[in-house]
Amino acid sequence: MTELLGIPAPVLFGQLLLGLINGAFYAILSLGLAVIFGLLNIINFTHGAQYMMGAFTAWMLLNWAGLGYWWALLLAPLFVGLTGILIERFLLKRLAGLDHLYGLLLTFGLALVIQGLYRNEFGSTGLPYAIPAELRGGQNLGFMFLPNYRAWVVVVSLAVCLATWLVIEKTRLGSYLRAATENPTLVQAMGIDVPRMVTLTYGFGVALAAFAGVLAAPIYQVSPLMGADLIIVVFAVVVIGGMGSILGSILTGFGLGVIEGLTKVFWPEASSTVIFVIMAIVLLLRPAGLFGRTG
Amino acid sequence: MSTALLEVEDLHAWYGEAHVLHGMRFSVREGEVVTLLGRNGAGKTTTLKAILGIGPRRTGSVRFRGQELVHLPPHRIARLGIAWCPEERGIFASLNVLENLLLPPVVAEGGLSLEAIFELFPNLRERLSSQGTKLSGGEQQMLAIARILRTGARLLLLDEPTEGLAPVIVQQIGRTIEKLKRAGFTILLVEQNFRFAARVADRHYIVEHGRVVDEIASVELGPGQERLVAYLAV
Repeated sequence: MTELLGIPAPVLFGQLLLGLINGAFYAILSLGLAVIFGLLNIINFTHGAQYMMGAFTAWMLLNWAGLGYWWALLLAPLFVGLTGILIERFLLKRLAGLDHLYGLLLTFGLALVIQGLYRNEFGSTGLPYAIPAELRGGQNLGFMFLPNYRAWVVVVSLAVCLATWLVIEKTRLGSYLRAATENPTLVQAMGIDVPRMVTLTYGFGVALAAFAGVLAAPIYQVSPLMGADLIIVVFAVVVIGGMGSILGSILTGFGLGVIEGLTKVFWPEASSTVIFVIMAIVLLLRPAGLFGRTG
Repeated sequence: MSTALLEVEDLHAWYGEAHVLHGMRFSVREGEVVTLLGRNGAGKTTTLKAILGIGPRRTGSVRFRGQELVHLPPHRIARLGIAWCPEERGIFASLNVLENLLLPPVVAEGGLSLEAIFELFPNLRERLSSQGTKLSGGEQQMLAIARILRTGARLLLLDEPTEGLAPVIVQQIGRTIEKLKRAGFTILLVEQNFRFAARVADRHYIVEHGRVVDEIASVELGPGQERLVAYLAV
């Protein structure tokens, strides 16, 4: 068997792939958080619950309505995004101009309520969700076995992140978004309906979380607390990348996933803490994050 | 004489508990350049913001082409054809010069083409891909004016466009305002620089403590000039 740095190649590449998969989820989730924080100035602690709602929506569509994975990939983000729009319209809107703490308390409380409701209904043990037939099986690459579904998750996540980045950086809609992030009053005085843009942006960020949830359903079990475990790491990713930086959250998401995967190979005991150690170091050296704008 | 394009009557505004405007009353006719002159803190900028519906809580009446604006949200007011160039210029750091220029949506036909804008402000053409806030102060001011000329808005609210700029730039902005007036734009100008205002404007309203205390037509200068200087004397 081939060895690299004293590690069997399949083990090394296997962990690398696992790291990329985790990184894909970190990237999509922290991207949504970055978009929301940029325009709304809200640290959306409900994000993990909304990711979980995406996975559960996929499960319900399949088991209650007979609609499979591909429908879920389309419908779950729409549905969960819509609940996000309602949350913004009826709750978050009232917090505009108040201290960060209020938004944090509200979104954190909402996460607990949503998770509690799902746990009440579905219990805490996970529900299985099968990999769609088209994506079963895998490829033998010679040095490792690559499951098709995992390759799909990495590719589609990258595509979604890049598309979001392109829209924000290169389109007219994106320039409205960037401008409103800097000075919403002036943008509204130019004739753009900023309050509606804020609502839709929150809906979009939430829909991204739900999309990640659907992607995750066949990999992890669908369970009410699946988001709560993940979101803590995602917030560390956001802090490292720089709050509100779009490209930063994408690169940091994938990068930290890979670092975490490699740590599992070389120093397994440290793998669950390495991201937080990096966060502490980054906060000491660059408090605004790797890609954050200071001030 | 054409009818009033903008009519402000008994306009009051508050920031929180602070009562800032105490019954502002003035009007601007189509095609005029009118200034609000007054010292710092007299309420000139607040008046512009109250017209636009941003910032202060307001009561009273602001009519544009006869339509009441006081109950409209800011984006609807802008869509009627009122554009604002704020005192701090409001150039966006995360947008390049071209993106800044193209940002305000077109609200009506008849806006200037990019080509016409570059004729007014040749410097901007060279800097299109620069980050907006990398421009000099004068260039940022030109960009802030330039981007509202594209939109087809016919009433321009300019808040101290000459503040902090070198005399040669102030002259260029003065010439620009004259050209805009000839092109039929209506301009409400907030100024402290009365020499500049006297050169470009048709009429001046003197603002003190949140109300209009006097009106002086430019044709009255010089007899009016002494009155003006007396109001603005530091």
